Amino acid sequence: MSVMTEPPSQGFRLSQLLYDTRYRSLTIQVVAMVLLMLMLSWLLSNVIHNLQELGKDFDFGFLWSRAGYDINQRLIEYNTSCEVNGEIVNSVCSHARAATVGILNTLLVAVLGCALATVLGVIAGVLRLSNNWLVAKLMAVYVEGFRNVPLLLWIILIFALMTESMPAPRAFRGDTPEASMILDAIAVTNRGIYIPGINFASPFFDSGYLNWLLIVVVLIASIYAITLINHSATVKQEATGIRPTTWYINLAVFFLPAGILMVLMGAHLNFPYLKGFNFTEGVHLRNSLIALWIALSLYTGAFIAEIVRAGIMAISKGQSEAAYALGLRPGTTMNLVILPQALRVIIPPLISQYLNLTKNSSLAIAVGYMDVRSTLGGITINQTGRELEGMLLLGLFYLVTSLVISSAMNFYNNSVKLKER
Amino acid sequence: MSELAIERDIDRSAMTVSDEVAIQITKMNKWYGSFHVLRDIDLTVYRGERIVIAGPSGSGKSTLIRCINRLEEHQAGSILVDGTELSSDLKNIDKIRSEVGMVFQHFNLFPHLTILENCTLAPIWVRKIPKKEAEATAMHFLEKVKIPEQANKYPGQLSGGQQQRVAIARSLCMKPRIMLFDEPTSALDPEMIKEVLDTMVELAEEGMTMLCVTHEMGFARQVANRVIFMDAGQIVEQNEPEEFFNNPQNERTKLFLSQILGH
Amino acid sequence: MSETHAQTVAFVRETMIPEQEPPLTERGVMKWLRENLFSGWVNILLTLVSVVVIWAALSHVLPWAFRGIWVADNLNQCREIRDATYGPGVAAACWAVITERWPQLMFGFYPAELYWRPVLAFIVFLVAILPVLFTELPRKMLWFSVAAPFIAYWMIWGGSLWGPIVVASGFVLGFFAFTIGSRVIGNLVGVLAAIVLPLLYWLFLAGSLTDALSSVLPLAIEHVDSKQMGGFMLAIIIGVSGIILSLPLGILLALGRQSDLFFINKVSVGFIEMIRGVPLIVWLFTASLLLNYFLPPGTNFDLMLRVIIMVTLFSSAYIAEVIRGGLAALPKGQYEAADALGLDYWKSMRLIILPQSLKISIPGIVSTFIGLFKDTTLVVFIGLLDPIGLTNSIRATTDWNGVYWELFVFVGLLFFVFCFSMGQYSLFLEKKLRREHR
Repeated sequence: MSVMTEPPSQGFRLSQLLYDTRYRSLTIQVVAMVLLMLMLSWLLSNVIHNLQELGKDFDFGFLWSRAGYDINQRLIEYNTSCEVNGEIVNSVCSHARAATVGILNTLLVAVLGCALATVLGVIAGVLRLSNNWLVAKLMAVYVEGFRNVPLLLWIILIFALMTESMPAPRAFRGDTPEASMILDAIAVTNRGIYIPGINFASPFFDSGYLNWLLIVVVLIASIYAITLINHSATVKQEATGIRPTTWYINLAVFFLPAGILMVLMGAHLNFPYLKGFNFTEGVHLRNSLIALWIALSLYTGAFIAEIVRAGIMAISKGQSEAAYALGLRPGTTMNLVILPQALRVIIPPLISQYLNLTKNSSLAIAVGYMDVRSTLGGITINQTGRELEGMLLLGLFYLVTSLVISSAMNFYNNSVKLKER
Repeated sequence: MSELAIERDIDRSAMTVSDEVAIQITKMNKWYGSFHVLRDIDLTVYRGERIVIAGPSGSGKSTLIRCINRLEEHQAGSILVDGTELSSDLKNIDKIRSEVGMVFQHFNLFPHLTILENCTLAPIWVRKIPKKEAEATAMHFLEKVKIPEQANKYPGQLSGGQQQRVAIARSLCMKPRIMLFDEPTSALDPEMIKEVLDTMVELAEEGMTMLCVTHEMGFARQVANRVIFMDAGQIVEQNEPEEFFNNPQNERTKLFLSQILGH
Repeated sequence: MSETHAQTVAFVRETMIPEQEPPLTERGVMKWLRENLFSGWVNILLTLVSVVVIWAALSHVLPWAFRGIWVADNLNQCREIRDATYGPGVAAACWAVITERWPQLMFGFYPAELYWRPVLAFIVFLVAILPVLFTELPRKMLWFSVAAPFIAYWMIWGGSLWGPIVVASGFVLGFFAFTIGSRVIGNLVGVLAAIVLPLLYWLFLAGSLTDALSSVLPLAIEHVDSKQMGGFMLAIIIGVSGIILSLPLGILLALGRQSDLFFINKVSVGFIEMIRGVPLIVWLFTASLLLNYFLPPGTNFDLMLRVIIMVTLFSSAYIAEVIRGGLAALPKGQYEAADALGLDYWKSMRLIILPQSLKISIPGIVSTFIGLFKDTTLVVFIGLLDPIGLTNSIRATTDWNGVYWELFVFVGLLFFVFCFSMGQYSLFLEKKLRREHR
């Protein structure tokens, strides 16, 4: 090692903070941090001051006190009074419980909406590219119509359509009723839609939703089994060149276990019927849920249609021509060449549409559907006067949900990116 | 390679190398992460020199000249340009950048500005020259690169060769004392290479200090006073063009020359 | 016979074949029908289904719409006219509610004799935005664009002209502080001066200056309270001011998100994700319920202003993402060339990077605006009278109790026309940009 002549050390000068690239970025960041801290502390001191002035404190204890308002749409047990079978059970009537019911309702309409929106969007997107002029134009009208009118208007419109234009339950009465049930199973009334439900004669668990959870778990296990079967088919194909036919095994694996489980639990259909002036039994889908669900799905479906269309158009014609020239059949071309590429373009914006739908489900307020904003961010805040805490929790819920969804998207993006190399 | 791109006689009267040091690079090292791109570079450039840097792709030649105006940061050693050391001091960086012109492979003209605006932008905003004066200078240099009539067009309306000549004029408008050329002809169609090389020859004839990364061996032979060959981040060989091409010493140089000139 | 037939080897054409019409199935209406509607049984099925759908929709809607009654004082009168003309129970629209109430749907409860003011403000806005949208126009028009927000504000809210002038002069002050400060001392000082001086001016001087000036020379027109505003006017005010005010903040956030500075990068990302992760309606409730908590005690200002602030913050996060896309689309060479010429960060951003990336971002900004404009309907939930809120209040009157569809159709159509044309404009821009970039 030769001894290098040190550059003449000048010592540290104050001006280096601004004009030396090593310190400059640090200086700027420190200044920014100080400014931000000042602003935050100003806001915080205002909050503290204002809370004192109003005689309020910052406490989440209200969550465990009795809520005492009714939630007509719920997936889990929730009571207005704290008595369950004669016992006082605080956990089923607290504000926290109400918030949970609301969260589940939000997730319910979000999941239902995403599913239906995807179906509608894919159909509309594909049909918009169809050679059929009439269908293509019809789909264009659907897409443009829904994209360019506020979602709120659609929700209110569909809700009004349900409540104003559908027959009242009493129209189903009498020997020559004005309205009749579809297939004697589904009744569309101005109070909502009644559909057959599934009851269990010999359920494994007392609380109904646990039984359903079991079925869902079994279905997920079946799907996992199917991926294993497909994987082994691929292994066999790689070894022998011939891919074993698996579709009927897959079908059986998907339906049989869940079917057997349902038979074991004594599942039977439970049809709604008219009793007095209203329908009983079956499952009552309230107008609020239906209107919100349909409107969210149609609206988001229009956006998804555009995404699907763009995704398909992004794949150049040369790709399918190249695949045909290699002798691949149209189905195989679709599966192995077109879809993998199109999905890479489609899925990221698709997931952000799911995110939008989940956030838009907060428009439930327009039809009185009891989602998390209406319970935690609405009635609970009004009853307890805890705006700060309630809105904070509400915001946190949405933030966590969207972070979970967007990290799933990032995970997907990264996995696709890896395959590129 | 287009050995014969320059057809005319070159006027060497103004091509004089003085004793004044323009760039002094000592023991300069650079890493990208753990990859050692430039290793112990020692290079002294005297005012008036025309240096061509050659070498296989990935040998670090572009990185070397990009270090000279701090588009890339070196991590060890020192670079002195006109006596000013390139350190993390922003004032020095600004000073050096305004004295060193650079021409890029992909021209990098600003597409939203006209040719004239491209040329006057830096003089007005960096050198704080009045607009009228800057425009006069710009027109002077546009005439020099032989495209004054395009002054009010946008870069997108010009051919590649014309764009590169504008890029040269844009650098000249800053009245630089040193010009860096980073593969100025690599992105051009063959028929446009000549017009850019001609401009560069004219610049050399006026005595501009130039460092060119290029594959144009004809230019190196006829214009350069020194050819530097780089490989694996090091200066492998440097010599006068005549010697360099006719009597290369290092095996790597021989291999490179045989590949590039052999057919 | 020779070995090869002469004609198979050499051939010379002596007469040219004239162009011929394609067969009947390959031209005209027949061909179009066959290719576009009836090629294959799937297509035939689709065509039939579409025809059924279209028929089902139109056969209900069109007669209802065309039988519509345009002149009536209230819904009952409408029904009487309908019964008299078409017989009882026949579906017929009662467009009279629109003819009677459309000014309300457009302007809310803005004083009727002053309707010209918001209209004039809207025209001012349109003229101001022209030079931004069409680059062919003379650049001097941009000065009008700068002044336009203050003129439009004065037109809509009225009051003393001095208010907007005094506020606007704060910006002028900031501009001079920046140019002088950055020339004399340095860029950073210039920026700080440009932020601090106007703030001090607005906080401590502006109020008394306005009072003093208006006591010398009133120059006032009738003041209109923001409670009186509603309908599409409200939607446009909130949407337009939200987008325009969010642009500077959005640009800063986008630059922050692109920045190498760790802290600034993380703060920008955090802010953007926080805003985008929570629905607008929650932010609006925050504005109406919580904003007062974060301000010094005793501050209380207009709900509409609070909404505009919130909407600005909200859309700035979306705008930032759009602009980030524009920044990322620029080739790295542009940054390098600016550096090599010796431009510093802010100069290279202002002169080289932002002009280009903003231009690329305009379609995205327009789409964001469409989304925001539609979302302005949400303000109904915190008590502002947007078009949908007005349909409720119209229905709440005894005259029009029970009118649904006519109002929805009117509001929906207006939104559609507005958003669709903007969307088409954004598409046109995108195509134009793609052409220019080729």
